[in-house]
Amino acid sequence: MRVASRKPDDTRLHGRGAMSVAVLSFGGSNCDRDVVKALGRIEVPAEVVWYKDEEDVSESEAVVLPGGFSYGDYLRAGAMAARTPVMEIVREHVKDGAPVLGICNGAQIICEADIVQGAYAPNESAKFQCEPVNLRVETTDTPFTQEFDEGDVIEVPIAHAEGRYVPDDLEALREDDRVLFRYVNENGEPTDEANPNGSVDNIAGIVGETRNVAVMMPHPERASHESLGSDDGLGILAGFEK
Amino acid sequence: MTYEAVVRVTLKEGVLDPEAKTIRKSLERLGFEIDDLRTADEYVVEFDAASREAAHDEAEEMCESLLANPTIHDYTVEVR
Repeated sequence: MRVASRKPDDTRLHGRGAMSVAVLSFGGSNCDRDVVKALGRIEVPAEVVWYKDEEDVSESEAVVLPGGFSYGDYLRAGAMAARTPVMEIVREHVKDGAPVLGICNGAQIICEADIVQGAYAPNESAKFQCEPVNLRVETTDTPFTQEFDEGDVIEVPIAHAEGRYVPDDLEALREDDRVLFRYVNENGEPTDEANPNGSVDNIAGIVGETRNVAVMMPHPERASHESLGSDDGLGILAGFEK
Repeated sequence: MTYEAVVRVTLKEGVLDPEAKTIRKSLERLGFEIDDLRTADEYVVEFDAASREAAHDEAEEMCESLLANPTIHDYTVEVR
């Protein structure tokens, strides 16, 4: 099924001084329009782009890989989407320094594509977990956290069955300050109880070696308005403001 | 010649297997005494290859490029 995309000449969302973001849609992506809407709240022009419209992805200045169940989560979550030709364009964007954010299934895709290290295994509970979680900002040296202070605790919801992050090289992540968020309790402590899926070292998100690509299981677009319980996610999406 | 490769993908030792834990609990609830239970995914792939060895190599390549994730998986290949 092709998702109706906004035409590039649709100026309603094209604010000033913000880049044009391609929100990549695969068969089974289902948070694509939510991300476009959330970016619209901070006047970042964005449109849903079908993964086969590779030219539109090339011409975009930034990319979001949204949540959902691409390819029905067959084989492993994100495994098939990670091996589509459009991911080579995403890889190029990352090399060129463009902001690239993978949310939930998008995070699984970027890990499966080996653009950042690690893998996502089934939640420790063996259940689909859908709940608000507290995240501690671990580094502000990325486009996606520069709005925050280190140690800030923000609330963003999760919704996943395969979110247990397993790094290839935990020491490298720590040494390079590449852990973006950790799951914490209300006091900002990374306890086992506050870890919703059993992720190693309570890791909820990381950045790649070049710091312009980030993956996270929590959904910032679902924390983009006070009426949703939190608008903390807007600070993350602000990474797409110029 | 056509070969059939049976690929088994398992979680690496030390990687928690919550599905196995849940299944084991259910079996124990049914009265079975279990020492250990592990899950595995099996893929049966038929394809042409020049020899059994070539078929084995190609199936391993399939594991490396898609069927297994080296961070969390081990795999075995049996060609018949």
